[in-house]
Amino acid sequence: MKRSWYASPYALWMLLFAVVPLLFVCWYAFTTPEGAFTLTNFQEFAKPRYAAVILRSLKHALYCTVLCLVIGYPTAYFLAGRGFNHTQSLVVLILLPMWMNLLLRTYAMMTLLDDNGVLNAALQAIGLPKVKVIGTEGAVVMGLVYNYLPFMVLPIYTVLKKMDYSVIEAAEDLGCNPLRVVTRVVIPMSLPGIVSGITMVFMPAVTSFAISTLLSNGKLRLAGDLIDYIFNQSSNPNRWNIGSSFSLMMLVLILISIGFLRKVDPDNEGGGLW
Amino acid sequence: MKKIAIILLVALLVGALSTAALAEADKPFAGTELKVYNCYDYIDEAVLDIFEEETGIHVNYLNYIDNEALYTRVSTGAEVYDVIVPSDYMIERLIKEDLIAELDLSNIPNLENVLPSLLDPTYDPGNAHSIPYMWGTLGIVYNTEMVAEPITSWTALLDENYAGKIFMMDSVRDTIGLALKTLGYSMNSHDEDELAQAGEWLMAQRDSGVVGGYILDQAKDMMANDEAAMAVMYSGDALYAMDKNDKLAYVIPDEGSNIWVDGMCVPKSSQNKEAAECFINFMCRPDIAQMNMEYIYYSSPIKQVVENLGEEELASTAMNPTDEMVARCEYYNDISDVAYLYDDIWMDVLM
Repeated sequence: MKRSWYASPYALWMLLFAVVPLLFVCWYAFTTPEGAFTLTNFQEFAKPRYAAVILRSLKHALYCTVLCLVIGYPTAYFLAGRGFNHTQSLVVLILLPMWMNLLLRTYAMMTLLDDNGVLNAALQAIGLPKVKVIGTEGAVVMGLVYNYLPFMVLPIYTVLKKMDYSVIEAAEDLGCNPLRVVTRVVIPMSLPGIVSGITMVFMPAVTSFAISTLLSNGKLRLAGDLIDYIFNQSSNPNRWNIGSSFSLMMLVLILISIGFLRKVDPDNEGGGLW
Repeated sequence: MKKIAIILLVALLVGALSTAALAEADKPFAGTELKVYNCYDYIDEAVLDIFEEETGIHVNYLNYIDNEALYTRVSTGAEVYDVIVPSDYMIERLIKEDLIAELDLSNIPNLENVLPSLLDPTYDPGNAHSIPYMWGTLGIVYNTEMVAEPITSWTALLDENYAGKIFMMDSVRDTIGLALKTLGYSMNSHDEDELAQAGEWLMAQRDSGVVGGYILDQAKDMMANDEAAMAVMYSGDALYAMDKNDKLAYVIPDEGSNIWVDGMCVPKSSQNKEAAECFINFMCRPDIAQMNMEYIYYSSPIKQVVENLGEEELASTAMNPTDEMVARCEYYNDISDVAYLYDDIWMDVLM
């Protein structure tokens, strides 16, 4: 058997559950429920709420990505460092939450951060005032960061780990102070990892759903929640068509963003999925 | 001596046969299989065993999540059911679409046990297609320690003293419905202008920052744990929360509200209509209705069960609203022709 055949189960899987559904989405987006070609589904988006939802999704995904980078880069740098022996166990710790279902993790966060949850009980026990977390914008950003942080740490860690350490030694020998080593050598060399991390965090964050509804008590809904609503709860007879056209628009938005990011990392050194 | 023994034996045999025959007449549907399709966790399953034993009918008990799921299964003919338990507006829709059969009320003598206030409803005149199973109202649950004044009006939901502690339902009909009621309109409005006003009311409420959230199941736990001052809730959920927290009270606001009834119906496609009616009749028996009420803890429509309630439950607005309170409530009607208007408003409120 030829080697290329080994991937055929996967190819078949992708064909059935990625390519075919995508074709369905395209089909529905440009047809009426009766199956005739139309562009009217896209007219729906003249309503102001769609622009508002997209902007809100982009904003929160951006917050999430920046925070993930700020938290994730130092973490990855620390993990990839030479003098550290427990790397494996820490990497496992970072991966550990990903073994659990996203919804379960979000419900756990709700229990921890509720007005009368574990966090507030602890604060009260040591005489501090309660903090309101669940139901705020901050809770949504926090939930997104919590869920997507590993996707930032891992690609950066991979790139830093592969980096030739003698380059850093050379920089030091040539008189670079530690800060300049990081800014002039380490960061530029890990750029592919950063790009990959940003892609892997921003994309799912911008289309995420359920996390936002749950952690904001239903007050802050993102594009994913809107698509979910259109498909599952709307009573509009065109709901599949409108939902599909909105999904398609989000997909185009994501493809454009990936296009931009690829310009920064043309050789795909970040080892990312894209 | 031998003769007497034979006569006795024959007499015994005849006796045994006739009781067997009697038992046969008692169980005319023995061996029938009934497919009962009810909402999840909405029965004390022990009553099914009693029914099987008494009638010899085998019950195949199946569950759905909500009315819409039920509608999909029944309207597509995916499976043939004998008894279903949709809500009022769904019953109306199923009648309109000719999917449920007219009942032979002479097979359901226990209908006389049903509270008169729930008979002959607008969604099904004369109870021709449905027999009430459970019922309830929509209202506000509030924490009497946090909220100083007793609540009497939906406008309490605008009170900025409780900003962030007021919880609305994540449910199109209920939330737009209460806004319509507050403005003096019907919860079943078809009028574009009235609906637009209701939408503005809800958006003003949202923008004023009083709303703590638009949620469903969490509300009852939040109320039970003193995490919210007030929440819009169904009486059944209110009873659950009040059971866990003595400080809670339930009110059906003066402007009026929604009353809902889940009714037992027989789909047109059923091949066992008489056995299904026998099952519906059985469910209206006071002892059986009592078991179900105790298990589900919703209001039962059966008179004898209401008479058996404790003093506290009789006085509870959530369990046993007065006739006057019921009179100011209205059933939901099928609004599918203007559903897009409701949808549009709701998405503007939520998104």
